[in-house]
Amino acid sequence: MAKAIPNAPEVISKKAAANKIVTVAGEIHEDIVKKHRKPEMVFPIRSLQNVRYDVKRGHFEILGKTATRTLSYNTVKTFAQSMRLLATTKNDLLDKDDIAGKREVYYNSKSWGECRFDEQPESDTLLDDIEAMLAINREQLGYIPEERGGDVTGPLVVVDQDPGTGKDIRIDCTKLGTGAWSIPSRVEHLRFDAGKARFILVIETASLFQRLVHHRYYEKAHCILISMSGVPTRACRRFIRRLADDQKLPVLAFTDGDPYGYCNIYRTLKVGSGQAAHINRFFCVPQAHYLGVTPQDIADYDLEDATHPLEEADIKRAKDALKNDPFIQHHKEWQQALEHMLKLGVRVEQQAFAKHGLNFVLDTYLPDKLKKNKFLP
Amino acid sequence: MAKRNGGAPATAESMASKQREIAVSEFFLKNRHLLGFDSPRRALLTAVKEAVDNSLDACEEAGVLPEIAVELEQIAETRFRVTVTDNGPGIVRNQIPKIFAKLLYGSKFHRLRMSRGQQGIGISAAGMYGQLTTGSATRILSRIKHAKCAHALAVQIDTRQNKPAILSDTEQDWFPTFQPVNAEGQPDGEPQPSKHGTSVSIEMEAAYQRGKQSVDEFVKQCAIVNPHLTLHYSLKLQSKPETGNRGGGNLKPETGNLKAEAEPKPSEFQVSGLKSQVSAVTYHRAVKAMPKIPDEILPHPHGVELGMLMQMLKDTESRTVRSALAGDFSRVSAQAALDICTRAGIEPKTNPTRIAHHESEALYKAIQETKLMRPPTDCLSPIGEAQILAGLQKELKADFFTAVTREPAVYRGNPFQIEIGLAYARPQENEGLGSEEPVRVMRFANRVPLLYQPGACAMTKGVIGVNWKSYGLSQPKDALPLGPVVILVHMASVWVPFTSESKDAIAGYGEIIDELTLGLQECGRRLSVFLHKRHRELEAARKRSYIELYIPHLALGLKDILKLNNKEEDKIVGNLKKMLEKTHLDL
Repeated sequence: MAKAIPNAPEVISKKAAANKIVTVAGEIHEDIVKKHRKPEMVFPIRSLQNVRYDVKRGHFEILGKTATRTLSYNTVKTFAQSMRLLATTKNDLLDKDDIAGKREVYYNSKSWGECRFDEQPESDTLLDDIEAMLAINREQLGYIPEERGGDVTGPLVVVDQDPGTGKDIRIDCTKLGTGAWSIPSRVEHLRFDAGKARFILVIETASLFQRLVHHRYYEKAHCILISMSGVPTRACRRFIRRLADDQKLPVLAFTDGDPYGYCNIYRTLKVGSGQAAHINRFFCVPQAHYLGVTPQDIADYDLEDATHPLEEADIKRAKDALKNDPFIQHHKEWQQALEHMLKLGVRVEQQAFAKHGLNFVLDTYLPDKLKKNKFLP
Repeated sequence: MAKRNGGAPATAESMASKQREIAVSEFFLKNRHLLGFDSPRRALLTAVKEAVDNSLDACEEAGVLPEIAVELEQIAETRFRVTVTDNGPGIVRNQIPKIFAKLLYGSKFHRLRMSRGQQGIGISAAGMYGQLTTGSATRILSRIKHAKCAHALAVQIDTRQNKPAILSDTEQDWFPTFQPVNAEGQPDGEPQPSKHGTSVSIEMEAAYQRGKQSVDEFVKQCAIVNPHLTLHYSLKLQSKPETGNRGGGNLKPETGNLKAEAEPKPSEFQVSGLKSQVSAVTYHRAVKAMPKIPDEILPHPHGVELGMLMQMLKDTESRTVRSALAGDFSRVSAQAALDICTRAGIEPKTNPTRIAHHESEALYKAIQETKLMRPPTDCLSPIGEAQILAGLQKELKADFFTAVTREPAVYRGNPFQIEIGLAYARPQENEGLGSEEPVRVMRFANRVPLLYQPGACAMTKGVIGVNWKSYGLSQPKDALPLGPVVILVHMASVWVPFTSESKDAIAGYGEIIDELTLGLQECGRRLSVFLHKRHRELEAARKRSYIELYIPHLALGLKDILKLNNKEEDKIVGNLKKMLEKTHLDL
């Protein structure tokens, strides 16, 4: 298991996680056999309605609202599946120090007879429930995400371990040729040496990342480049957080200029999500700032004819965020930015700078923004 | 009833030479559809129906528990012999020719009393139809109690004069006998003789066909609506050459094989040439109680037409109008008679035979305007709720039965009574009843099944008019509800208002429709209670099996986590079942 890392949120041992499962199951057992009452499972409610923007810690902190699932005709199947999933988690993953993917969980249930999951979304939801109920993120229970964590290039040496021998393996991210290093699903054990890097630049789209890698932008700007491909995965967020904490580097985010880029990608990167409210403390990057593309950039960089009108979904997303998102509500600059965008009625993509030439973005836009050193919070 | 048969230009004299009286029998010969002999298929049914009606009426009037045998024998491709034998009181020799070979002769027309037959046309018309289509005679065997021998007559009708013609008249040592059969249609025990009874046999052009309007259905419905009746039914069909056939089939529609000629199934019977095929069924009586013998009543003034009133005044034995009114009608007191006379401006002591036409019109009007007590209603003999249930239960496989006998009511001065029976059948065990099929409505008037013209009948309209959706059945607009349901509708009356002489459909008087609706709604409410209960039970069973499916998994999970032993696991399962069934399966 991971070694204790300074500043890192609590790390729970497999033994402690297994004990937690035994405690939960023990309470249910007692309800049934001794107290003769219907057992319950209590979950924190996972939504934006149940989070607070904890400015001091820099992320969404869960509030006390909980949902109770009492055993009944309607919940008996879910209850049974929960118990079987908890038993599998404890006996097969934690006790045996094994790992499983979400899809493997789904297929594993096929041996449960009538209790099996019919579709993977059922097992995914239940896994989220269990994670919330135990207040332990699923990675620590032995569940690994299926999606890739993101790509890294730049002046960075990652120290990983050989899964067999436990020996250190040093990965120099400048010596990967035209490729990049993929963030693994579990990052707690990694150590870093960022050398001369001055900041981390996190990029939404893979194509822009490729352009910056191709032109070795990280050498000119002395930065570590990370591609998120959309909303950053938990592993990606955790990796950025650990790297930034460990090497004391600022983090700048560069996404499409639209409500999704602001409210979903950037906000989730920085403070976490409502859906994962119970574990945001692990998966947030409070030191992140927003570089662009901002609504103001449209005028500043003469991009008016390289925009697209906002769609219904964009407008709704922006309005929802203004109304309900504790992070947006905390930051006036973000409210102004969203209202500015709604007023313009357009969105702008990262690639829009190609209007002024393919490399305008790295020759002019990025240096310009870095020089101004004015970012959205 | 006389009809003019005039040519184009003619003189009064030449016309007069062609004008002559037409015998009633001649008229019906030409208008046989009025009596239910319009098609060969229907003729067969009508003949059976008229004979069975007469047998049942005779048995009940004589206080004999009826046992009737109906035999259909195909003697040529389009010719059948219909024989109906009963254990009734028998008929005295002198009456036999008139009863069977004279139209409009009978005991029922001149009195107001609930009975199956009404006009005294039916059985003679059947004989006449046979005579017309085959030239053969109606053959009667009858033995009365303690008689030395039975009389055997062959009679025909003189259609010109509406008079019987006796072809042969002998004495025979005959007793009616009945052969019960078992469920497979095979003889079940010895033939049962009766000390008295009548058998009538008519040959006629006819066709046999299964279905809703078949003799099979009529016989079955007779058995349902007359649970005190034991009924033997046998059918002997000729199969066509070159086809095999099966013998000893069962007539019950569920398993019947009456159209065996369509089955090319090889068997030991597969020989060339004509081969007869017999199938038989016995419907045993379910109750031994005889229906109450209905009382005869005098006509109620409000149900009498002007012409009838005039006729009654002419025929009365009373000396004064007042006493004629009080004596010949029901519910007319001396005071009420006086009121009517005063209102009509007629001297009460006038001789009723000397009432002028305009006076009788005034009298008729006065009667309508005078408030009178409703006619007596205890003259009716309903089947009874218990008997309807017994009848339905013995012939239908169903999960729910109910029956309602309404209190008697009155339409146009005629007392009547509506009864409804309803069965919610198991579709797989009853042919033709399905969840998506229209319900089957069985209509009866004075215990006689009505098989034709359902659409024209007030009973069908009554069923359609009820909102069955509120009782748990689906119902397309202006149509019968759908479901595996049999609805029995019975109207008992001293005078059933048929829409035609063929007695197929009941006329829709408001009072009748109202009573039908109320009876149907009551049955509907009971059905709805049953369906709800059943729905709850099904739902509970479904929930129980769902709960029991997952509880073991829940226990297994806990067992795996907490390392429990099997006994502890069983305890979890037991406790959980108790807990969940208590809260979710309250029945």
